[in-house]
Amino acid sequence: MTAVAPATVPVYTAPPWYRRAKTWQMVARYAVAVGLTIIFLFPVYWIFIMAFKTPEEVFASPPIWAPSSLQLNSFRKLFQDGEVISVWNSLVTAGVSTLVAMFFGTICAYSLARFRTGGNNLAIWIISQRMIPPIVIVFPIFMLYAALGLIDSFFGLIVLYTAFNLPYVIWMMRGYIEDIPLELEQSALVDGWSRWQMLWRVVFPMVKGGLFATAVFAFIFAWNDFIFALVLTRTEVTTFPVKVTSFFGQQQTFWAKIGAMSILGTLPIFFAVAALQRFIVRGISLGAVKG
Amino acid sequence: MARVRLSGLHKHYGALHAVRGIDLDIPEGEFTVIVGPSGCGKSTLLRTVAGLEEADEGAIEIDGEVVNDLAPRDRNIAMVFQNYALYPYMTVFENIAFGLRARKFPKPEINKRVQEAAELLDITEQLVRYPRQLSGGQRQRVAIGRAIVRDARLFLFDEPLSNLDAQLREEMRAEIKRLHQDLGKTMIYVTHDQVEAMTLADRIVLLRDGLIEQQGAPLDLFERPETRFVAGFLGSPTMNFVPATLEASDGGLAVRFAEGTTLPLPPTRAQAVRSRAGSAVTLGVRAEHMSRANDAGTREGLAPLNVTIDLVQPTGSRTYATFNLADTAVSAELQAHDVRGPGEKMALLVDMNRIVLLDPETDRVL
Ligand SMILES: Nc1ncnc2c1ncn2[C@@H]1O[C@H](COP(=O)(O)OP(=O)(O)O)[C@@H](O)[C@H]1O
Ligand SMILES: [Mg+2]
Repeated sequence: MTAVAPATVPVYTAPPWYRRAKTWQMVARYAVAVGLTIIFLFPVYWIFIMAFKTPEEVFASPPIWAPSSLQLNSFRKLFQDGEVISVWNSLVTAGVSTLVAMFFGTICAYSLARFRTGGNNLAIWIISQRMIPPIVIVFPIFMLYAALGLIDSFFGLIVLYTAFNLPYVIWMMRGYIEDIPLELEQSALVDGWSRWQMLWRVVFPMVKGGLFATAVFAFIFAWNDFIFALVLTRTEVTTFPVKVTSFFGQQQTFWAKIGAMSILGTLPIFFAVAALQRFIVRGISLGAVKG
Repeated sequence: MARVRLSGLHKHYGALHAVRGIDLDIPEGEFTVIVGPSGCGKSTLLRTVAGLEEADEGAIEIDGEVVNDLAPRDRNIAMVFQNYALYPYMTVFENIAFGLRARKFPKPEINKRVQEAAELLDITEQLVRYPRQLSGGQRQRVAIGRAIVRDARLFLFDEPLSNLDAQLREEMRAEIKRLHQDLGKTMIYVTHDQVEAMTLADRIVLLRDGLIEQQGAPLDLFERPETRFVAGFLGSPTMNFVPATLEASDGGLAVRFAEGTTLPLPPTRAQAVRSRAGSAVTLGVRAEHMSRANDAGTREGLAPLNVTIDLVQPTGSRTYATFNLADTAVSAELQAHDVRGPGEKMALLVDMNRIVLLDPETDRVL
């Protein structure tokens, strides 16, 4: 036996000019990225620190970029004046309507995807409902709700958000369900599960990512809605976006309150997105492939 | 174990008539292979038996009971799908136990059965893994394991091996055959691969455009095809079909090709087609039924044919030589060293006892 010398692998070294060009390219890229991030984050930062400023600091000129101390006064006032209830109202209306829309929407989507309910056209017709600009229908709905006594009620807002979210949920979930290999479902049916059991044990786990992503977006829609809440509520179920506008007074604008309320209103979305981030990214990209 | 009887089965998909009247009797314990080109309705037929599609017409009987209106889960059938149909979010153990859980087996019984199936299929080590961590062959074993733990009375396989590479396919084929021998259950196996059909089947059912073209034991179909379709579908390479006429000669019959060559029919074969003398026929001959003429003399029924080889394809043990006959490329399977190269002229012997003669109008065997 002859000893075999270990093969020497030549190491490629880039010429210096190439490495220099590379370095500059990276620096430029980071500079642009940091610049854009600052531009986008600045308003968020500004509203954030505003919540922690004293009234004098809010109106100080030149502006105070970083307050010397964090004042919790604005938050305290929101609670004292009972205005914080509007965040709860938003949570209830957005949360309940999302749950209801997800439940019925997913069942509808399954029917559309697997039983070809309504052929090819029903699905398009359903999603087209979502494309109506809200402002077009808000006044007819106001008249309807006034007649039915649904103005300023949780039930009224929840029904409306559910109606608006259903088409979106159905459309998205139909895509996710169609992506499940049919054989997975059929195998379960042959194995001894009923259709409903199979939905729970096969379809639900298979679409879980898409389901959470869709739910987050449905929730955000209801959470961010302004126009319906403005027209259809008065005092009882004022949601937080409507409440924020009430701080813009004719004599005075309560900037600190606006800032504090904005923070409270952003927190639920922030936590929802943070908790479900994994699913959302995948959900969106799946949707993107589906087109 | 189950006896299956299909009678007058029809299935439409909108305007498409996918299954067009199937009558089929499958005895207890038999391994039946339904084979046919892609799109001929094999899967539809199988899925109708499973209850995943509803039959538009006709009856499905299992053990004498009409099951048309039974849900899939009430038919006590196990099915293995082409793409394995494993649940990606469950471990291999849970995948195999899935059907047992549906039927509410007690926990110790589930453990015992899954372990047994895993040992039988040699996937014990994989039980704690997830399907994505398995190789194709292992996945297929899991799918089979899921089918066999349940004591189903009837097993359905829909092209279970078509996603595997050639070598693995052969291995798994043998394993499925052994499984049938060990379990003795009635199995219906769908494939488009005629080799799989030949090697696995007790009985082959050849499907074409939603109808049964012919059924019988594998060698029966291979040696006594009733139509050109059957003759051409079974066997590799495909049977050669050459246009010719049947003419009387020396008191017997001979096949005559356009260029004038003739091949005399042995008397036993001539008997059956005497009435056809003078009419056009199609000669069907398999590559392996031609050989190079040598000095050892000829047997009864071997007819000499002089040809010029124009293409040579060695495979190692055998060599395929292609030549032209009546404007048709014909391929003969010769010994590896029988042919030197293209352009070579040689005398072949055609085994006239193994040829088929077809009516060119109806493509039926005479
Ligand atoms: N769900 C379905 N909807 C409409 N047409 C179908 C459906 N399933 C199968 N077909 C059609 O029915 C015919 C038979 O299909 P199939 O039974 O899958 O064939 P095979 O399994 O023999 O390849 C094909 O033409 C196929 O396109
Ligand atoms: Mg098929």
